[in-house]
Amino acid sequence: MSVDIRRQGGVGQSVRRVDGVPKVKGEFEYASDLRRDGMLWGATLRSPHPHARIVSIDTTAALEAPGVVAVLTHTDVPGKKTFGLDVQDQPVLAADLVRYAGEAVAVVAAEDHELARAALKAIAVNYEVLTPVTDMEQALEPTAPPVHPQGNVVRTLTIVHGDPNALADAWVEGMYETGMQDQAPLGPEAGLAVPAADGGVDLFIATQWLHADLEQLAPCLDLPLEKVRLHLSGVGGAFGAREDVSMQIHACLLALRTKRPIKMSYGRQESFYGHVHRHPSRVWMRHGAPYEVPNARLEGTAVFTNNPPCGAMRGFGAVQACFAYEAQMDKLAVELNLDPIELRIKNALRSGSVLPTGQPIAGVAPVRECLQRLQQLPLPPEESALDRDPMLLPGGAGNVGHGEALKRGVGVAVGYKNLGYSEGFDDASEAWVRVSADREGPLAEVKTAAVDVGQGLDTIVTQIVRTELGIDRVLIRPPDTAIGSAGSSSASRQTMMTGGAVQLACQAVRAEIERSGGLQDLRRPVEATRVFHHRPTGKLDASGQGDPHVTFAFGAARAVVEVDQELGLVRVLQLAVAQDVGRALNPQSVLGQIEGGSAQGLGLALMEEVALVDGQLKNASFTDYLIPTILDMPPVVCEIVEEPEPGLPYGAKGVGEPSTVVVPAAVVAALRNATGRELRRAPVKPDDLVGL
Amino acid sequence: MRVNGAWREADVWPGTSLLAFLREALGLYGSKNACEQGECGSCSVWLDGTLACSCLVLAAQAHEREVRTVEGLTSGDRLHPIQEAFLEAGAVQCGFCTPGFVVAVADLLDKDANPSPATVREALSGNLCRCTGYQKILDAVQLAAERRRAGS
Repeated sequence: MSVDIRRQGGVGQSVRRVDGVPKVKGEFEYASDLRRDGMLWGATLRSPHPHARIVSIDTTAALEAPGVVAVLTHTDVPGKKTFGLDVQDQPVLAADLVRYAGEAVAVVAAEDHELARAALKAIAVNYEVLTPVTDMEQALEPTAPPVHPQGNVVRTLTIVHGDPNALADAWVEGMYETGMQDQAPLGPEAGLAVPAADGGVDLFIATQWLHADLEQLAPCLDLPLEKVRLHLSGVGGAFGAREDVSMQIHACLLALRTKRPIKMSYGRQESFYGHVHRHPSRVWMRHGAPYEVPNARLEGTAVFTNNPPCGAMRGFGAVQACFAYEAQMDKLAVELNLDPIELRIKNALRSGSVLPTGQPIAGVAPVRECLQRLQQLPLPPEESALDRDPMLLPGGAGNVGHGEALKRGVGVAVGYKNLGYSEGFDDASEAWVRVSADREGPLAEVKTAAVDVGQGLDTIVTQIVRTELGIDRVLIRPPDTAIGSAGSSSASRQTMMTGGAVQLACQAVRAEIERSGGLQDLRRPVEATRVFHHRPTGKLDASGQGDPHVTFAFGAARAVVEVDQELGLVRVLQLAVAQDVGRALNPQSVLGQIEGGSAQGLGLALMEEVALVDGQLKNASFTDYLIPTILDMPPVVCEIVEEPEPGLPYGAKGVGEPSTVVVPAAVVAALRNATGRELRRAPVKPDDLVGL
Repeated sequence: MRVNGAWREADVWPGTSLLAFLREALGLYGSKNACEQGECGSCSVWLDGTLACSCLVLAAQAHEREVRTVEGLTSGDRLHPIQEAFLEAGAVQCGFCTPGFVVAVADLLDKDANPSPATVREALSGNLCRCTGYQKILDAVQLAAERRRAGS
């Protein structure tokens, strides 16, 4: 048996989604669609204050409310009182202090959703309101109240590379900010907890990482790991929002207390309070040279505030940095009298380039190729404002002008994202593959704990199995915690990690089948379990030097915008994205990732921000928190740059993030080009564009 | 009310939305709840033939009226040509918005067999998708419209 990469339905082809049919028919079961006979509904009481001491909680009236079966507070958490993905410092239910508006204080189980929600109003919480810390710089002042006992600094990282006092011939400098973005997956946080006969619990859940949830849940429930079993339910998008625990522990607590199945499903408003957001940023930069520099000093500090908690979102940490340094590169291009794209092509990172951490880029880095592909794309034709359909003016039907003050602008940006977990973390993935035969012929079954959040992992896994085993019939078993961890569906890592594990397991099965006479002679099922590890990485030393990242994916974007300079309205005419993908295992799916990632980048550039006033979230709805609609999105021209990455399965890099990293910077660069304004903050608002 | 051709009834409290009625009382989970405010279109159904966000309609308002949901588009294993086009064009990722989009596109193509790109965008501007960036949804609409014209 040989590996035939051209096999029908194998890697490299635009195979249809394996979960597509139930999804288009409305039959795919998402976590919010789960139900069970005799189930109760759970609801969460949340703090109205960003910072307050809890003086007392009285649940008496709520317990007597119609249909209520249980009301739980922090005293009902049997085990560890706190949870957290990395550091367990978040209360399951707030005890003496609330640290953000929306923090969970109590949970209720009742016979239906409305009764559960109504009962929340009967819980009397007496708060002593405290002054909140609501600004990241204010949090660092010595007089700032500590959000946690250890102070307000989460982590400071300093990177010193070469001689940080070196001089340059030209300097450019600026302050940049990005707002707090919401992932806004359309599927709300939801799950169903079912108490089990062994005293444990089964949780059916939409998440990004079953095992990370498990490891946080079990100690809080005071149960051994094997008595808490997580089963993946349908996930309606994630983008980082499901990396942290939301309702998982609450539902299990209620199920164990009431001995009945508990369904919890957030509404949109609660979803804004119930998951982490993209970190807002404030960045000062000074550059004397572009990109690969022999001398650098970087300092980064993450702080606690009483604003809503933040965590992962697509392009985690790279989006904010790219927004700032790409603005710097445009300033440098002006200083050096170079075209912005020429400056980037001349100074592009390449394989072997050394990053400020001292880490050389060991893999492929076709950055120049990405930029050159963009450079070769024609610009969209100029359109006269006269006689134009008003819907095609910036702001569409909301534009009250006639296009007298339209100005076009073009911007480019380049950036990169690390793939997989960094700094010594071994985020391995395990896969089990079994081949059997029945009347219909050979069947390959695959099981992992990896989550298809919508990105198409199950389809990629199916393609890998077909390619490795030459078997068309592939069945993906539902992911759960009965198998080893697959790591998170984040950091662009599942194709690489779980794809790698599935490939290894298939290779082991194939070897065994070959030894026993081939597929035609398969008398008994053959199975194998394999674990894929990425290459080891290391922690950074005291000066921030080391080998922290597995590898990188690069991308470049060009945005063409039209600004109504009187009204501050914007129309993005076209986005073009060239992306380093290693190898496209499913080209249509790769395009979908680039296009979708671009939309989220456009959102950050122009409209998406969690609005906070004194720590209060002011726009927790799709009426007030705007995400791009089909009218906001221009055509996205994609250039897939394929140069296989050595050491990764099929040479494929993760593809989900680079477009989100580079598009905000490119869109805002185009707005600067159109208006001549500095625009140091994203999202750019109409007031910024007219200079109010 | 008549739902997908069959008379259905259930006792619910007066504040129940048509969406909650379809999902929780009738077990028709194809219409999705993503915003509860009529902003996202994930719960799109036809009420007496008119496209509506079922989260904005009270179940009581649909009393003795005709409701058609995504489940009513086809029967059994068959796919509606629009569903087929969504699969072929790669217009589905997480899929949470997909039933609402399929209903909205079916409504559009029933009214306009040859919609311009601007018409398609306008018609679908009440449906949010967070995964695809809409490009492949536009491709799917075009594909479905072309096939429909070729077939009629």
